[in-house]
Amino acid sequence: MLRYILKRLLFAIPTLFAVSIIAFIIIQLPPGDYLTTLMADWASQGGAVEAGTVAAMRERYGLDQPLYFQYYKWIWGILTAGDFGISFELGKPVTELIWNRLGFSLLLSLLTLCFVWAIAIPIGILSAVRQYSISDYTATFLAFFFLAVPDFLMALSAMYVMSAWFGQSVGGLFSPDYVDAGWSFGKLVDFARHVWLPVVVIGLGSLAALVRIMRANLLDELSKPYVTTARAKGMSELELLIRYPVRLALNPLISTLGWILPAVISGEIIVSVVMSLPTTGPLLLRALLTQDMYLAGSLILLISVLTIIGTLISDILLALTDPRIRFQ
Amino acid sequence: MSINPNVSQNTILTVEDLKTYFPLRTGIFKAVDGVSFELKRGKTLCVVGESGSGKSVTARSILQIVDRPGRIEGGSILLTRADRSVTDLAKLDPRGKDIRSVRGKEIAMIFQEPMSSLSPVHRIGTQIGEALRIHFGILGNEQRERVLELLRQVEIPRPETAIDRYTFEFSGGMRQRVMIAMALACNPQVLIADEPTTALDVTTQAEILDLIKKLQQSHGMAVLFITHDMGVVAEIADEVLVMYRGKVMERGPVEQIFHAPQDDYTRRLIGSVVKLEKKAEVRLTRAPIAAEAAPLLDVKNLSLTFPSGLKAVDDVSLIVRPGETLGIVGESGSGKTTMGRCLLRIYDAQAGAIDFRRLDGRTVDIRTADKAELKDIRREVRMIFQDPVGSLSPRKNVGQIIAEPLKLAGVKGRELEDRVSELMLQVGLEPAWRERYPHAFSGGQRQRIGIARAIAVKPRLIVADEATSALDVSLRSQMLDLMMKLQDELGLSYVFISHDMSVIRYMCDRVAVMYRGRIVETGDTDQVVNHPRHDYTRALLSAIPHPDPRERRIHKRFRYDPARTVSANG
Amino acid sequence: MTDITSLPPETGPSFNLPGKDIAVAGQWRLFWLKFKKHRIALASLVVIVFMYLVAVFADFIAPVDPNATNARFTYAPPQGLSLLLDGSFRPHVNQLKMTLNTESMRREFVADPTKPVSVGFFVKAPQPYHLLGLIPMETKLFGLTNPQVGDSLYIFGADRLGRDIFSRVVHGAQISLSIGLVGVFMSLILGVTIGGVSGFFGGWADLAIQRFIELLRSIPTIPLWMGLAAAIPVGWPPLRTYFVITLIVSLIGWTSLAREVRGKFLSLRNEDFVIAARLDGMSEIGIIFNHLVPSFMSHIIATLTLAIPSMILAETALSFLGIGLQPPIISWGVLLQEAQNIRAVAQAPWLLFTPAAAIIISVLSLNFLGDGLRDAADPYESVS
Repeated sequence: MLRYILKRLLFAIPTLFAVSIIAFIIIQLPPGDYLTTLMADWASQGGAVEAGTVAAMRERYGLDQPLYFQYYKWIWGILTAGDFGISFELGKPVTELIWNRLGFSLLLSLLTLCFVWAIAIPIGILSAVRQYSISDYTATFLAFFFLAVPDFLMALSAMYVMSAWFGQSVGGLFSPDYVDAGWSFGKLVDFARHVWLPVVVIGLGSLAALVRIMRANLLDELSKPYVTTARAKGMSELELLIRYPVRLALNPLISTLGWILPAVISGEIIVSVVMSLPTTGPLLLRALLTQDMYLAGSLILLISVLTIIGTLISDILLALTDPRIRFQ
Repeated sequence: MSINPNVSQNTILTVEDLKTYFPLRTGIFKAVDGVSFELKRGKTLCVVGESGSGKSVTARSILQIVDRPGRIEGGSILLTRADRSVTDLAKLDPRGKDIRSVRGKEIAMIFQEPMSSLSPVHRIGTQIGEALRIHFGILGNEQRERVLELLRQVEIPRPETAIDRYTFEFSGGMRQRVMIAMALACNPQVLIADEPTTALDVTTQAEILDLIKKLQQSHGMAVLFITHDMGVVAEIADEVLVMYRGKVMERGPVEQIFHAPQDDYTRRLIGSVVKLEKKAEVRLTRAPIAAEAAPLLDVKNLSLTFPSGLKAVDDVSLIVRPGETLGIVGESGSGKTTMGRCLLRIYDAQAGAIDFRRLDGRTVDIRTADKAELKDIRREVRMIFQDPVGSLSPRKNVGQIIAEPLKLAGVKGRELEDRVSELMLQVGLEPAWRERYPHAFSGGQRQRIGIARAIAVKPRLIVADEATSALDVSLRSQMLDLMMKLQDELGLSYVFISHDMSVIRYMCDRVAVMYRGRIVETGDTDQVVNHPRHDYTRALLSAIPHPDPRERRIHKRFRYDPARTVSANG
Repeated sequence: MTDITSLPPETGPSFNLPGKDIAVAGQWRLFWLKFKKHRIALASLVVIVFMYLVAVFADFIAPVDPNATNARFTYAPPQGLSLLLDGSFRPHVNQLKMTLNTESMRREFVADPTKPVSVGFFVKAPQPYHLLGLIPMETKLFGLTNPQVGDSLYIFGADRLGRDIFSRVVHGAQISLSIGLVGVFMSLILGVTIGGVSGFFGGWADLAIQRFIELLRSIPTIPLWMGLAAAIPVGWPPLRTYFVITLIVSLIGWTSLAREVRGKFLSLRNEDFVIAARLDGMSEIGIIFNHLVPSFMSHIIATLTLAIPSMILAETALSFLGIGLQPPIISWGVLLQEAQNIRAVAQAPWLLFTPAAAIIISVLSLNFLGDGLRDAADPYESVS
C-alpha cells in the first residue's frame, strides 16, 4: 500500500514538471516579451520609463537570457520564495491577487463534487436496477440533455429564469453587505443562499456523465456470478444490492474523479465569468484578454496543480477501497 | 405444508414436472421442460448433459435464482424441511422471505467459476460468515470461530491467516474450497454443485471431489451434482439424470446408465465417452512408425523464460517423426501451449534448437531462421487453435478465411476458388457455405474451418493446441477422426497438445508429459498410459475420472509432491 | 449428435432476419441492423443529416443576409409565422408596430394583426448570391413575397443592430458544425497515428505516449484552451483564426481516440485470428489493413462521432468568452457573445435561446447518435 502511494507520488512529479512547462509556454506565447508590452503601455499613457527600472526587471526575469534560463528563474522563484511574478495590469505581485480567489475556486469545486456524487449515485443505482423503466428513460434523457448544454448557457439560463420569473438578481457569492465583512453566521447563511445555484449549474454536466457511468458499471456488476452466489446465501435483495454490486460499481466511479475534477474546474471557471463570482475564472479571463501573462500563467499552473493533487487523492482512495489495486 | 405420503423417509427434495421458460423476443425458450427427480439424504444425484441441455437452469430453478428473464412456469419442488413439513419452493415468491430462509440454510449451492462467483473486494472470512449472520444472527468473535472451523473442515492451510485474505490471493482449487466452506456454513440438507470442478485441473478436481464426498458423509447431505463429464458421473453418482435440450432423456441408478442405458441419446453419449477410452480403431491397424526414420522435427534443449521470471519452457527436447502424432499432455501452467507456440516462432525461445527437415531434405533451425526462410517454413508447419471463436476473424466469410493462406502463397483466380471448395469438402463442410460468416456456424463447424485453413497450403506438420477442448464430448471424437483421416490422406505429422489424457490416448502414437515447463516423461502412448515411469504421470493418470461406475478409482489415486514422493494411501 | 446437420448458432448475433440472410451478413450489414434497433440514435441521425444540410445550403435557407443591419428593428422580437389567413393557405407574419415605452425609455414592438405581410416559398432573393460560393442563385427558400418599407421577417427576432437571428444561426451552423468535423479530422490523424504507434510498438514509446496522454487529460481544458486561444493575435485573418482554434480544440479530442486505437491494437495483436494471419505469411502492414483496421473501424467511427459535440461545445465556450472566433465570423459561440450579460438576455431572450437551441439540438443528437454507434460497434457480441 505504502509502495503504491509512493509510486503514485513519484509519477506525479514529471506531470507537475510538464504542467509547469505548459504554463510557462503560455506565458511566452504572446509576441514580444512583456516588458516591451509594458513599455508600449506606459508610453501610450504618456508615462516616461526609467531606464533603471527596465534594466532591473530584465535582470529579475532574465529576459536577455535563453528561454530555459528564464524558465529556471521563474520556477525557482515559485519553488523557493513563492514568487509568481508581477501582474503588470494591476501592478501588484501575483501572490497578492490569487490566493483568496483560488480558495473560493477550490471551495466551489469541492462543493460541486459533493453535490454531483450525492445525487449521481442514487440516480445511477435506480436507473440500473429499474433498467428500461420510465424512471430509467427519464434519467437517461435528462443526462443526455444536460451533457448537451454548455455550462455558460446553463448559467445564463439559470440567471434569466431567476430574474425573469422569481425577480431575483443572481451573481456573486455574497450580498453586497457581506462582501467585505468578516466571517459570521450571517455571512455563512448568505453564502449558502448564493452558492447553491453555481454549484448546481457547474455540476449538472458532470452529474449527467456520472449517472451514465454509475448505471453502466452497476449493470455490468449486476450480471456477475458473485451476485448469484450472494443470492443463493439467502441475502435480501436490498442488502445484496448495496453490499455487492453497488460496492463494486463504486470503485471505477472513484477513478473517474481524475477527469471529473478537471471538468468541474473548467466549468467553475466559465460559470464564474458569467455569474461574476470572486474566483479564479474572471481573473484569468481578464488576465488573458489584457495579456497579463504572469498572472494568467500562474493561475493556469496553480489550477492544474490542484487538479493533479486531486487526481492523486482519487488514486489513493481507489487503492483504499479496492484490494486488487492495493495488492498489485 | 403437509406430509407427503408418497416419499420415503430419506427423500429431502422432490421435483415434479419442473418447467422453466425464458420468454424471448423470438419466442419462448424452454430451458427446462418437464423435469422430475428426487434427492435422498446422503445420496448423490448427477445431472449430466452437454452445453445447452438445461442442467444448470434446473439447479438454479430449485433456489429460484434463474437469471432474468427466466421463470418457473410449472411443476413443483417439494422440500421436506427439518421439522418434516413440506414446502413447495416453486410456489414461493423469488424475492420473498420464505425462499430466502431456504437459500443457504437448507439448500446451499456452489458454482463453476470460484473466482467470479466470489466477490474480489471482500475478505473470504466476511463472505463465509455472512450466511451465519443472515440465518442465525451469529456475529463477531463467535462468527469468526465458526468460519475458522469451516475453513479447517475444507482443509485450507493456515485458516487463521487465510480468513482475512482475498479471493485473488488463492489458487483455483483453494477458491473452490472457500465456496464449499461458504455453502456448509449453515449445515444445509442439500448441496447443489453446478459444475464445481470444470474450471479446475484434473488433479485438483480429484481433490475437490474427494472433499465433497467426505463432507457429504459427515453431514449427511443430499448432493445434486451438475456436470458434463461422464467420468466424474461414474466416480461419484448414485443416481443419474441425463438431460438433452431441456428434457430428461433417462433417469436411473448409475450402474444402469452406464451398463444398461435405455435411451438412444444416453447410449450415444456413453458411446462417445467410451470410444475415447481407448486407442482409435484406425490407429490399431496402422503399421507402427519406424523408430529409426529421420525425425521431421527435432527439438533440442528449448528454453523460454518470460520477463516476469517464469520459466515457461525449461530445457525441452523432443522429436516428431514423419507421419507420427506426438501428444503433449500437461495441466494448466505446465508450459505446453507456450512450447507449441515456440515451435512456430510465435514466441521466441531464448535457447535451444528447433531443427525442422524441409521437403528438400535440408534441416533448418526454426529458432534462428531468417524472415524469408521462416515464411516458407510456416507453410510447411501449420497451427490449429483452441478457441473456435477467436481464431476466425468474424469480419471475413468462410471462403475468404480459407483462401487467405492460399492467396498469400500466390494461388489466384479459378484455381483459388476450386481449391477452397475442395478443402471445404475435405473437412466436411458444404462448399455452398463459403459466403457465410463464422457467426453462422457451430463450434464444431468453426473448428473444421480452422482445420481447412491449416491444411490449405499442404503442410507437413501441424501443431494442434487443445483443438478439441472447447467442444462437447460427442463432437470430440468426430474431430479427432477427421484429423486422423487427413493425416492418412496428406501424410501429415501432428504435435497434439492437450490437457485431456483420453484424447491423447485416442489419437497419439507417442506422448510427452509436461510439468512446470519440463518434459518429465516421453514414450509410446500405450506404455506411458499403462506403465507410467514418472510419479507425476502416475498422479495425473490416476486422478482422471474413469467412466465406469464399477471401477471407481480416483479416491485411491496416487498423489505427487515434487518435494516428497509418497502414495496417498500408503 | 453431429455438428454438420444442424446450423443453429447458440451465440452470436440474433436479429429479426431469416437465418440464411444473417449467415451471409458482413460486418457493416450487422452493424446497421444493430444500429437500427436504437430508435433514438436513428432519429438523431436524421436530425444530424438535416442540420448539416442546413449548414451546406445556408445561403439558400437564410431569408436575408446575416450581416444586413436595420436600425429600425433593433431588438425586434420574433414574429410568429402563420400559415393560414382567413381560412386559406397564405403564409404570413404580422407587421411590427414600434412604440416607445416612456417609462423605461425603450422601444417596444407589437405585432399588428391587421397588417399581414405575405411570406412565400422560393421567392426572389433581395440580392443575387452564390450558393457555396460557386453556384449563382437568385432564389431563397422563403422570404417576403413583396417587401415594402416597414415590412420585416424576423422569425426568431433581431439583435441590437437589427440583424436577423434566424439567418445568423443558419449561417453560424456552417462554422460551428464544420469545426466539429475539421477538429475530428485532425483528431483522427493525431489519434490514429499516435495511438497506433503506442499500441503497435509498445515498450518505451507506449509508456511515454501514455504518460503524455494522462498529463493532457489531467489539465483542466478550459484554462488551457483559454491560455492558448488568447495568444492568437487579434489581427489574424478569420480563416487562420478558425484553423488555429480548431487545432486547439482538437488538442484534447485526439487523446480518447488514441487510447481507443491503442487498446484495440493491444487486444487484437494477440487474438488468435491475427496470429493465424501472421502464420499464413501476411506482412505486418497487411495485418494492420486486412485485420486490425476493419476490426476497430466501427469503434473509431463511434468515438469520432462522440468527439464532435465536445469540439462544438469547446468552440462555443471560447467564442462566448471572447477569446475564440471573433466577429465578423458568424458562429453559434459568436452569436452568444451578444447574450453575454444578463441585461441583454432579459431584454431580448431570443438572443440567448435561438443559438442555444441550435447548439443543444445538434450536440444532443450527436451524442445520441454516437451512443447508438458505439452500441452497434461490436455486432458480434451476443445479443439477448
